[in-house]
Amino acid sequence: MIDLIKQYWQPFLWGSPNHISGLAMTLWLTLASCVIGFALALPLSVARAAGPLWARWPVWLFTFVFRGTPLYIQLLIIYSAIYGLDFVRTTPGLGSFFKDALNCTILAFAVNTCAYTTELLTGAIKSTPRGEVEAARSLGLAGISLYLRIVLPSALRRALPAYSNEVILMLHATSLASTATVPDILKVARDAYADYYLPFPAFGIAAVLYACLSMTFIWLFRKAEQKWLRHLSTT
Amino acid sequence: MNGYLQQLLVGIVVTIELATVSLVIAFGLGLIGAAAKLSSNRWLAMVGSAYTTLIRAVPDLVLMLLLYYSVQNWVNAITDLLGQPQIEIDPFLAGVSVIGFIYGAYFTETIRGAVKSVPRGQLEAAAAFGLNRWQAFSRILFPQMMRFALPGISNNWQVILKATALVSIIGLHEVIYAAQAAIKGSSWPGGAHVLFYLLMAALLYLVLTTVSNFVFAYLEKRYAAGFERMAR
Amino acid sequence: MNKLAVENIHKRYGATQVLKGVSLAARPGEVISILGSSGSGKSTFLRCINLLEQPNQGAIWLDDQEIKLRPGKHGMLRAENQRALQQLRTKVAMVFQSFNLWSHLTALQNIIEAPVHVKKVPKPEAMAKARANLAKVGLSSEVEAKYPSQLSGGQQQRVAIARALTMDPEVMLFDEPTSALDPELVGEVLKAIQALANEGRTMLIVTHEINFARHVSDRVVFLSQGKIEEQGPPEEVLERPRSERLIQFLSGTRWHTAK
Repeated sequence: MIDLIKQYWQPFLWGSPNHISGLAMTLWLTLASCVIGFALALPLSVARAAGPLWARWPVWLFTFVFRGTPLYIQLLIIYSAIYGLDFVRTTPGLGSFFKDALNCTILAFAVNTCAYTTELLTGAIKSTPRGEVEAARSLGLAGISLYLRIVLPSALRRALPAYSNEVILMLHATSLASTATVPDILKVARDAYADYYLPFPAFGIAAVLYACLSMTFIWLFRKAEQKWLRHLSTT
Repeated sequence: MNGYLQQLLVGIVVTIELATVSLVIAFGLGLIGAAAKLSSNRWLAMVGSAYTTLIRAVPDLVLMLLLYYSVQNWVNAITDLLGQPQIEIDPFLAGVSVIGFIYGAYFTETIRGAVKSVPRGQLEAAAAFGLNRWQAFSRILFPQMMRFALPGISNNWQVILKATALVSIIGLHEVIYAAQAAIKGSSWPGGAHVLFYLLMAALLYLVLTTVSNFVFAYLEKRYAAGFERMAR
Repeated sequence: MNKLAVENIHKRYGATQVLKGVSLAARPGEVISILGSSGSGKSTFLRCINLLEQPNQGAIWLDDQEIKLRPGKHGMLRAENQRALQQLRTKVAMVFQSFNLWSHLTALQNIIEAPVHVKKVPKPEAMAKARANLAKVGLSSEVEAKYPSQLSGGQQQRVAIARALTMDPEVMLFDEPTSALDPELVGEVLKAIQALANEGRTMLIVTHEINFARHVSDRVVFLSQGKIEEQGPPEEVLERPRSERLIQFLSGTRWHTAK
C-alpha cells in the first residue's frame, strides 16, 4: 500500500506539467463544464421563462431530454457515437475536436449541467415576487433592462442554494470522465488498482479526495449564501 | 437487427428491476438512518450523521468500484483460505447493494425532513389517546410523513434510475451493456450503428423517466387528499 | 370519594420552576375551571394529569386508585409501565387547544381510531357511538366523511370533543378549547361543552372565557406563578376576589365584578 501511495500520490494530485491528472484535472473539468453550462443557461432560461412560444418549446425539449437520460449515455454518445460517424471523422474541424477525449467529456458535462441549470434558473425567474416586477414596470423599466437590473439579479440570488447543489453533483459526475480515459481522480485510482490490485487504498484515496473537494465547495457556497442571501433571512 | 433491439428491451427490464430493488433497500436504510438521526441517543445520531455526510460527499461511481472490488477481494481471500474455487459476486446483487446503500443516505435526509414536517400536535394527540409507539408510528406518523416525503422520493427515484446506468461498468447486462454489445456486433454504413443503438438506449431511459414523472404526479395528488387547505 | 385527585405536583423546565406544588381534587360530576395568566402553569398542570408532561414530584389518584409513578430520566416521574400509561389515558381524555385532529383521517375515522385500536371496541359499536357523539356536539352526519381541512375551526374542535367522548372517559381535560378559534365560532364549542357538563361529567377546563367559567363551573381555580392562589365557587372567586393578583387578572379582562 505504501508503494502505491509513493508511486501515485503525484498523479492523484496534479500529475505533471504536460500531463495534468487527478485533483487538478477533476477541478478543471468541474469548473470548465459549470462555467460553460451556466453561461449558456442564462439566455436559455430567460427564453424559457419569458420568451415567445417558438423559443420556449425547444428549450423545454432540450432540458427534458438531457435531464431524462443518464449522463453516462450522453457521454458515450458524444465520445464514441459522434466520432464513430464517418462524416465527423473525415471533416477536418469536427474530426480533430471529437477525437480528443477531453473535449468530448467537457462538452458532454457542459451540455448536461446547462440543462439542469436552465431548469433551475427558469424556476427562480418564474418565482420572482410579482410585486418586485410590478414596481419596476411602474417606474418605466421594461424589456432587457428589466431583466438585467431587476429580475436576473433577484433570481440568481434565490437560485444559489439549488445551484450549489448542482455544482456539487457536477463535481461528482466528473468521475465519469474516467470511462473516457480522461486522467481525472478516478482514472488515476483505476490505474493504481490495475497496477497493485489493492482496491481499498486505490479507491479509498480517490474517495477521500472527492470528499475534501465536496466539503470545500459546500463551505464556499455557504459563505456565498451568507453574503448574497442575507436579504432573505428572517432573523 | 431485431435481435439486438430485443436485447435492449431485455436490458431495460433489468434496469427497472435494478432500480426498484435499490429503491426498496434505500428506503429501508433511509427509515433506519432517519430514526438514528432523530433519536435522542447521541451515538446513534452521530453515526447517522456520518453516514449521510460521508456517502453524499463521494461520487456514486467511486463508491461502487470501491465496494465492488473490495468485497470481491474479501470473498476471494475467504475462498482461497477455505481452498474453494473463486466465487464471482453477481453484478446485480452488487449493483443493488451499492446503489441501495448510497441512496439510503439521500433517503435518510428525505425521510428526516418529512418526519419533521409532521405537526407535533398529531403525535401528541396519538399519545394522549393511548396509542402505543408502534400504533402512533404506523397509523399516524407514517401516512402523514409519506405525503411530505413523496416529492423527495420521486426525485431520488429519478436519480437512482439514471445511476443504474453505471452498473454496466461492472458488467451487469442491462440496457447500456446490450447497446454496446449490439454496436460491437454490427457495422452500418457511415458508422451510424454506434449512434443508433446508443440513441435507442437513451430513448428507453427517456420513456422510463417520463412514465415515472406521471406516476409520481398522480401519487402526489392522491396522497394530498384531505390536505388541500389547513383550516385555521 | 374523589373521581380525580392530584397531589403536590412540581414541574421544572431546566432552571425554571413552573409548578410549585399544586394539588386538586375533583368529585364525580364536578366541573372545575382553571384560570390564570400566561406562564402561570395551567396548561402544564393539565398535561401532567395524563402524563403528557412528566412531573418532577407528585401523585395522581383516579377513582381513589393510585397511579403508580416511577422516577425515570432526569428524575422525572413516569407511569410504572406502558400498560398502566395506556390505561390512564383511556380513562382521562383530552381536548387540545389546536384540536390536533389527525389530518389524514376523516372525522369519523378520527373518532373511532383510539376506541378501536386501544380499547379494542368492535368497529360497528365504535361507529355507532361515534355517530351518537357527533350528534351530541351538534354536528350533522355530513361531517362524518369530511377531512379536518374541510371543516371550520369550530367544527374541528367539536369533532375533537366527540373523539374524547367516545373513549367513555372518567375525566375529561380541556386545554384552552376555544383559544384558537375565531370569535364567532367560540359559541358553538362552548355550547357543546356545557351540554357535557349538564350530563354530569367530571371535567377540568383551562380557559380564558371567564363568563363561560362562571356559567359552567362548580368550582373555579386561579393559578398564579405555579401555585393555586384562590379557589372556590365561581360567584365567590370571580365576583369577590380576594388576592391581589386575581383582582389584577380580572381587571385586565372584560369581566366586570359590578353586576
